[in-house]
Amino acid sequence: MLRHLISAADLSRDDAVLILDTAEEMARVADRPIKKLPTLRGRTVVNLFFEDSTRTRISFEAAEKRLSADVINFTAKGSSVSKGESLKDTAQTLEAMGVDAVVIRHGASGAPYRLATSGWIDAAVINAGDGTHQHPTQALLDAFTMRRRLVGRDTGLGRDLAGRRITIVGDILHSRVARSNVDLLHTLGAQVTLVAPPTLVPVGVERWPCDVSYDIDTVLPGSDAVMMLRVQRERMNAAYFPTEREYARRYGLNGDRMARMPGHAIVMHPGPMVRGMEITAEVADSDRCTALEQVTNGVSIRMAVLYLLLGGNEPAVTHTRTEEK
Amino acid sequence: MSKILIRGARVLGGDPQDVLIDGGTIAAVGTGLTAGDATVVEAAGQVLLPGLVDLHTHLREPGREDSETVLTGTRAAAVGGFTAVHAMANTFPVADTAGVVEQVWRLGREHGYCDVQPVGAVTVGLEGKQLAELGAMHDSAAGVMVFSDDGKCVDDAVIMRRALEYVKAFGGVVAQHAQEPRLTEGAQMNEGVVSAELGLGGWPAVAEESIIARDVLLAAHVGSRIHICHLSTAGSVEIVRWAKSKGWDVTAEVTPHHLLLTDELVRSYDPVYKVNPPLRTEADVLALREALADGTIDCVATDHAPHPHEDKDCEWAAAAMGMVGLETALSVVQHTMVDSGLLDWAQVADRMSFRPARIGRLAGHGRPVSEGEPANLTLVDAAYRGEVDPAGFASRSRNTPYRGRELPGRVTHTWLRGRATVVDGKLV
Ligand SMILES: [Zn+2]
Repeated sequence: MLRHLISAADLSRDDAVLILDTAEEMARVADRPIKKLPTLRGRTVVNLFFEDSTRTRISFEAAEKRLSADVINFTAKGSSVSKGESLKDTAQTLEAMGVDAVVIRHGASGAPYRLATSGWIDAAVINAGDGTHQHPTQALLDAFTMRRRLVGRDTGLGRDLAGRRITIVGDILHSRVARSNVDLLHTLGAQVTLVAPPTLVPVGVERWPCDVSYDIDTVLPGSDAVMMLRVQRERMNAAYFPTEREYARRYGLNGDRMARMPGHAIVMHPGPMVRGMEITAEVADSDRCTALEQVTNGVSIRMAVLYLLLGGNEPAVTHTRTEEK
Repeated sequence: MSKILIRGARVLGGDPQDVLIDGGTIAAVGTGLTAGDATVVEAAGQVLLPGLVDLHTHLREPGREDSETVLTGTRAAAVGGFTAVHAMANTFPVADTAGVVEQVWRLGREHGYCDVQPVGAVTVGLEGKQLAELGAMHDSAAGVMVFSDDGKCVDDAVIMRRALEYVKAFGGVVAQHAQEPRLTEGAQMNEGVVSAELGLGGWPAVAEESIIARDVLLAAHVGSRIHICHLSTAGSVEIVRWAKSKGWDVTAEVTPHHLLLTDELVRSYDPVYKVNPPLRTEADVLALREALADGTIDCVATDHAPHPHEDKDCEWAAAAMGMVGLETALSVVQHTMVDSGLLDWAQVADRMSFRPARIGRLAGHGRPVSEGEPANLTLVDAAYRGEVDPAGFASRSRNTPYRGRELPGRVTHTWLRGRATVVDGKLV
């Protein structure tokens, strides 16, 4: 395994499958009366959040606590960072406290990479989202959700997503979720199609291992999973699209469009969902929508990543599978 | 002032000759020269060039003396083989009045490592709204001939037109930093495959090219001359080539780093590669080299942009833009242009001394290496190979992209009006 998790592109197929399989093990812990493993007892993990994201922070924190790690939450808001203290200063302060892993969320693309490669600290670095660059644990939890739904919870073990057709719709340009998913899903053998208005597709996308379409209706019937990305209203003001109504008409997922997806196909959303523009309430509330499962799966994935990065050599969970039956 | 005999140097890369300096001028050029009381510099195999001239240097004084001062910047220039530099106007306060340009000019004279020719701001405070007192800066002791809001683009077409027209009165030139501001909002690197992958705001080539296209048309319309700073794209080259084919008075410069480095390096997220304009693609680099070779691009200018360590030792988004360049410029040009066969040394003299001096209307620099000319000279050991070690830089800043990189060539001596500023690679 890697020493840090900065980008989904850094994961080999075997690394990714190992993480997904380990996450299945971790998921079983959640079904136990006592949802805790002693695995990271005595290890300290810092959640270093320079950008607000309660959902992601709580997910990491739950994962860390289920593995019995000592957890320090550091949010830049109201801290010395707002007085001009740099990422480097903050990192070195944490290093001096003997931290084993840093989970970092930062508004600047590349900040976690800098942290991992600059020599400022020795701890393992886990990217919890940087600018418009990467959010690898989100991609892993998405892949985990897809494998469970499209391949099977038990039958999926050891397997990837070969041949599955995944469609990602929305603000690709500014989305670290899209970047991470394209990288990871390609590694796992899936075929990815990005759908967006041309203004929200990055220049240079032709080199990505995926297809690009401007027309959602032609893509939906051939999709096994459709991932709807959040579209921020500010983008409208910056002239990325004319009006909310037009965006919803051309790129939003509503009941009619969902009906044209194959029967087994799922609808995904990284959250938080704003019902209206990119996804209607009807779709969001349907049982094909996996948004809440994705949240649950996020904890299992983050447990798996922390466990593997912090040098887990023994099986993460000591029980055998027969115990469960 | 004593006499100096430079023995056996390849003048502009030609056959070995001797050059005798007497006082501030070249007294003789020939073979078998003798002068009993002269200090002899054995220069067999070395290349003798006219002192290099930089059209685009940031000296940071006044205001950011923690990055560079006129003293440290001109020392770095001398080490790099320069005898004259143009000091850009984006200081604190901005060099937009006669007082500030005179201050910078006087500091250059006092320190004496190279001549400092201040560049005046085009607009007050570089704000792009009101013309600065261009005439007063020209009439000052500094005798400003080049005007630029560098660091910012003069994006208002009317202001640009007026500036181009106004400086015609005294033969000045406007040097434009071509960057359409709206197209580069939030931009952090070249827009393309690498920016898409790294999730860094893209800086499209067309943001540079559209301004250059507009400005060469404006300059042609009002019959003025214009200089384009630091071309970075193949498309910019095409526009300048087209403008020159029309016979318009357009000149352009390229930095050493845009002749060598590409945006692939940004994958490291190392802010040492963060620069304005951004590093572009391999195809752009090749087009720029070709354009410098065929004369479409007139000269090399360093855009020496010193920054203190803490402004670069951070995440990419927070880092300052710019690189130091005075001390490595000639080595990078040798590496990219001479060793690759695109330019000979006489052409290097043209692109790094004759033409920049002519664009800046700088008397006494960019002159032939011949009898009676000012003794502004640079001696280069072109056979030298070595790794760049910024620890030894004369510049106050160390933000070089070449740390640990092997580059050819070393300036062994620099003479400013017959006085050695660098001997055996060391400042004197
Ligand atoms: Zn500039």
